[in-house]
Amino acid sequence: MLRTLGVAATVAMAMGAAHAQISDGVIKIGVLNDQSSLYADISGQGGAVAARMAVEDFGAAKKGMKVEVISADHQNKPEVGSSIARQWYDRDGVDVIVDVPTSSVALAINQVTREKNKAFLVSGAATSDLTGKACSPNTIHWTYDTWMLAHGTGSAIVGTGKKTWFFLTADYAFGHALERDTEEVVVKNGGKVLGKVRHPLNAQDFSSFLLQAQSSKAQVIGLANAGGDTINSIKQAAEFGIVKGGQNLAGMLVFITDVHALGLQTAQGLIFTETFYWDRNDQTRAFAKRFAPQYKGNMPTMVQAGIYSAVLHYLKAVEALKSDDAPKVIAKMKEMPTDDPLFGKGRIRADGRKIHDAYLVEVKKPSESKGPWDYYKILATIPADKAFRPEKEGDCPLVK
Amino acid sequence: MTEIFGVPTQALFGQLLIGLINGSFYALLSLGLAVIFGLLNIINFTHGAQYMMGAFVAWYLLNKAGLGYWWALAVAPIAVGAFGVIIERTMLKQLYKLDHLYGLLLTFGLALIIQGLFRNEYGSSGLPYSIPSQLQGGQNLGFMFLPNYRAWVIVFSLAVCLSTWFVIEKTKLGSYLRAATENPELVRAFGINVPRMITLTYGFGVGLAALAGVMAAPIYSVNPLMGADLIIVVFAVVVIGGMGSIMGSIVTGFGLGIIEGLTKVFYPEASNTVIFIIMAIVLMFRPAGLFGTPR
Repeated sequence: MLRTLGVAATVAMAMGAAHAQISDGVIKIGVLNDQSSLYADISGQGGAVAARMAVEDFGAAKKGMKVEVISADHQNKPEVGSSIARQWYDRDGVDVIVDVPTSSVALAINQVTREKNKAFLVSGAATSDLTGKACSPNTIHWTYDTWMLAHGTGSAIVGTGKKTWFFLTADYAFGHALERDTEEVVVKNGGKVLGKVRHPLNAQDFSSFLLQAQSSKAQVIGLANAGGDTINSIKQAAEFGIVKGGQNLAGMLVFITDVHALGLQTAQGLIFTETFYWDRNDQTRAFAKRFAPQYKGNMPTMVQAGIYSAVLHYLKAVEALKSDDAPKVIAKMKEMPTDDPLFGKGRIRADGRKIHDAYLVEVKKPSESKGPWDYYKILATIPADKAFRPEKEGDCPLVK
Repeated sequence: MTEIFGVPTQALFGQLLIGLINGSFYALLSLGLAVIFGLLNIINFTHGAQYMMGAFVAWYLLNKAGLGYWWALAVAPIAVGAFGVIIERTMLKQLYKLDHLYGLLLTFGLALIIQGLFRNEYGSSGLPYSIPSQLQGGQNLGFMFLPNYRAWVIVFSLAVCLSTWFVIEKTKLGSYLRAATENPELVRAFGINVPRMITLTYGFGVGLAALAGVMAAPIYSVNPLMGADLIIVVFAVVVIGGMGSIMGSIVTGFGLGIIEGLTKVFYPEASNTVIFIIMAIVLMFRPAGLFGTPR
């Protein structure tokens, strides 16, 4: 009896030693995003599904690591997001927050995470400031950003000779960043911005703004908005005969769920940039096939794929370090090259920017599509080192 | 070309028309609310959810039964109205003797539940619903391109609003209704079934919301959240117009649509707050609303 107890104690001590560096003995991942409003389909509950899939594929249970995924709704409000983040870090023992679409909320969480010295892996938010003037040693920006969208889509469209632009911009951090980055591309390529109008987030009716865009006579109407706002802008632009009248729409940020909601009849011919498409290769298809049944039959968006990829790499770094001490883990993540089935090989730069290939896609015509979710033709692949803003141009203090 | 505050007058005409179109949704929705409040004394917070349900019925009819927009226009108000009748019979009925606040809380709770259920099932991006083939395309008015569908929205909602006003204010049925709210006991003494009349009135108000939902489906897509944001604005419209005033809600609905439309030209950032600013000002000077009488 005594001997058994002794063995048990030794085993327990050994296990304790192996896990000495994991705070509370559990790695807690908090998925924070919009679960109830216009951005809920872009990641929402599906973001938590992707995170859990990453934990499973990493084989945490087999490796004896205890990993827990929790999620919450930030309602697209920075103050709600910050207070959840504080509670998670201070009381609930969350080690890393992932996703956080809505740039204004992401910038707030970026700040809170730095204050608390934890880790923040951004997939949903777009503003390139997260790796620019607001960059932080605790943050990695994973999936895409406004600079990448502006350069991918913007240069492709300006390259076809369409030089005059009018912007429809969501009036908050994300819209402003996307408009700024796109305008830069347009002007650099000899184009001109004829006007812009800033609409409130989650505006239902865009007819008034579209009419202003129409009377500007610009060749391209750039939509610097996202989710439900983009869907309604495109739908109503069709109603007002904007494309038939010879003007072109440029959705600067379009997700596959937006195309699904619009239907191919309305969305066909749109050109934009994504970093992930579920039907790109066997590995992405295999992932999508496992993901869909767990999330209402939806195919994963690039944001959800980014969450999977980020969580996987995070857990690899924790495993290598045998510690979940945030600054060390982030440093390790930057040091290790990234490799996963969805984004392939890549790396994380000093400014916190994860880089990988991006794809210029065009939405298929209804006749070209084989069925639901068969939506994109990949027009071009933008190589990782060209897709994102050069490290030195971002004004990030971490880059020497 | 002449200009007003730096905006060409032609563009201004376009924006006025757009404002009128949006105003017709406000008018149709606030009318339903006004009818319900005026006759039942219930502040119906489920109105936004019922508007959304109207759009969903249209979507179901098209995708499950193959029935198009014109069918939806007739079927959705009846179906959603019947749903309203069930709610009135089983829940609201219990609350008439209590303070307004209880009705408000009940209907607000119901709205959250209904919206939550739909969102859970259909997500937040919405479902496509196209404009009926007869109303596709548009007219070039010279100062703007007016989609046929939007023109239809103005004409149809104006017709619905005015006939509702006519029925309630000018017909015998309407006078019964108004009498029943003033003094139900006396009207009952004349042999009129007051509870049934009230139930049907609620069903009618809800039906108006569903009708607005069907009309909105081709413009805003069918979205579980479509009513959630609109309802707050519509309440502001009702408060500005005067709670319970039928004509007040119609006139303020169209009027505020126009004011909002103009804000979108001169200072777009404020376009979703301007109505609330007006509400605050109106409440300061006329607490009963522009067309309301203090009770």
